[in-house]
Amino acid sequence: MFVFTLRRLLLAIPTLLVISLVIYLLVDFAPGSPMSEIPLTVPPEVRQKMIAALGADQPVLVRYLLWLRQFFWVEPAYLIDGWFGTHLAGDEQRILSWQSRSPVFTIIGQRIPQTLTVVGTAYLVGALIAIPIGIYSAYRQYSWFDQLGTLFAMIGFSVPTFFTGTLFIIIFAVELGWFPTKYDTMLNVTDWSSFLTQLRQMTLPVMTLGLANAAAISRYMRSSMLDNLGQDYVRTARAKGEPERTVVLKHVLRNSLIPVVTVIALGIPSIFGGAIITENLFGVNGIGAALILAIHASDLPMVQTLTFIFAALIVLFNLIADILYGLLDPRIRYD
Amino acid sequence: MTDTRAAATRPDKPDSQLRAIWQQFRTHTGAVVGLTILAILVILVLIGPFAWNPGKPSVLEALKSKNLGPSLRHPLGTDQIGRDLLTRMIQAGKVSLAVGFVAMAISILFGTTIGILAGYFRRLDGPLMRLTDVFLALPLIPLLLVLMMLFRDKVAALTGPELGVFLLIVMAIGVTSWMQTARIVRGEVLALKEREYVLAARSIGTPPRRLILRHILPNVVSPVMVAATLGIADAIITESVLSFLGLGFPPDFPTWGRLLFDGVEYMQLYPVRVIWPGLAISLTVLSVNYIGDGLRDALDPRIRGR
Repeated sequence: MFVFTLRRLLLAIPTLLVISLVIYLLVDFAPGSPMSEIPLTVPPEVRQKMIAALGADQPVLVRYLLWLRQFFWVEPAYLIDGWFGTHLAGDEQRILSWQSRSPVFTIIGQRIPQTLTVVGTAYLVGALIAIPIGIYSAYRQYSWFDQLGTLFAMIGFSVPTFFTGTLFIIIFAVELGWFPTKYDTMLNVTDWSSFLTQLRQMTLPVMTLGLANAAAISRYMRSSMLDNLGQDYVRTARAKGEPERTVVLKHVLRNSLIPVVTVIALGIPSIFGGAIITENLFGVNGIGAALILAIHASDLPMVQTLTFIFAALIVLFNLIADILYGLLDPRIRYD
Repeated sequence: MTDTRAAATRPDKPDSQLRAIWQQFRTHTGAVVGLTILAILVILVLIGPFAWNPGKPSVLEALKSKNLGPSLRHPLGTDQIGRDLLTRMIQAGKVSLAVGFVAMAISILFGTTIGILAGYFRRLDGPLMRLTDVFLALPLIPLLLVLMMLFRDKVAALTGPELGVFLLIVMAIGVTSWMQTARIVRGEVLALKEREYVLAARSIGTPPRRLILRHILPNVVSPVMVAATLGIADAIITESVLSFLGLGFPPDFPTWGRLLFDGVEYMQLYPVRVIWPGLAISLTVLSVNYIGDGLRDALDPRIRGR
């Protein structure tokens, strides 16, 4: 297991390098130069100096290697400095956003809590709704509940989040007026009433994302339960005289959760992709919204860093899912 | 295909493979309803421009007919600059569906080619599968957004805004969605390669190209068909996501996603402008997914036999 983990970790490095190179080169082709916003009245030699100040005049490969160094060495060093008060980073140049001239990671650090509260809750809610639905659908296969669950799942992953989101806004915010249409990022949760406000403004985005997640997870849960319900050990447990409740909720459920847990782990990075839409729709000031903002402003360092973080999340959670699977299922041995 | 061979000895059995598949497909209610809805949508979009053509309004007319509700003259109402919403829905549907089908075709072409090459030629297997892994690890939506931002204007300058954006979106979606197909096809080819009939064909000196095209390709058609169906749904959703985030088609060349994007601004006053395009996308994707479901059952000989 340890050897397997080590080997997968080592394999992840070239994958990440290739992806970072692809992303860097792709974004570097952008016609939106950092200087396209500068008025034409600025004399050419000054313009040249400004480009040089941003480091945009060096060859692509040099800039790529510098960016890698910043990403993997300088930024973690700053992070550790921030935590322990050390001086690892010294005065190294950080990755700067071209929009605000502040470090990209500071912006991401400010925005990540927003994304995590909304997206994280949505994923949790989705999984918590999906697992009971999946269990009962499988236990009563082809019953009306199962049929309804199937329809719900089909609708859940066919109707795109931007439409469910707008529908929810129209129904629950505009017509009924129960929830606000926009998410207020400035809200500080200090007391009971502000907590309730926070809960109310989170409801619609969480519902939107949660529905999409629940649909997929409930399907996996159902088919995994069905696989296990037909196994011999279930018959043995029943023959032993175990109550039905124990058989289903203990013996079958534990085994059925193994693949579902890995599927949930695999889905986490893709949630960040889906969150881009939801964040934009509801005005949640998270990293998805930051990406769209950066794209529209041709803020290349921001776009590169965010896209690469998304890619790294995918690689990381693939790894976690593989390891989890090996840990949870004693039949899986990677040696 | 081998569908003309009749099984004359069993009169109750369907006499061709295609008919057997169709009969199994027909038992899947969801799939039949889905196919009907998709067919209706395609027909509406194709004959729509001939059946419903209110003509270009004059400037004065357009000014007067801003933000109208549904009426006989404008069954779905008009938008903020007096354009008939039904006409725009039909136009948009044509583009949305075209994007879905063409992007699917590109992705299937890539996926099948790579899958067959990786499965058949052992030397290519490693590199091609690593390539697939890298593509699977790419964050698609952010990457597509970046692609659109970078190349939209460049391609538009080459081929004109409409065709340019269409080609770019279709290529971008196709190039980033072939991985699943490639993996499925590779798996199938790896299994088929070991079968006796392939060995027999090879033993009489069939060259690899013929072996692939005549003996292996026809046998991977079923999984590819299912992947293709689901690919249409994915492509339509991806395109509408791009349009919805304002990085897809221009407003005068709408798709359903773009109409939804335009409607969101007015959603509080005129919610129908969001609901119609959203409903169209959802219905299309839902029916395509159901068709895929039915096709998967119908093409699986283990299920079909029962």
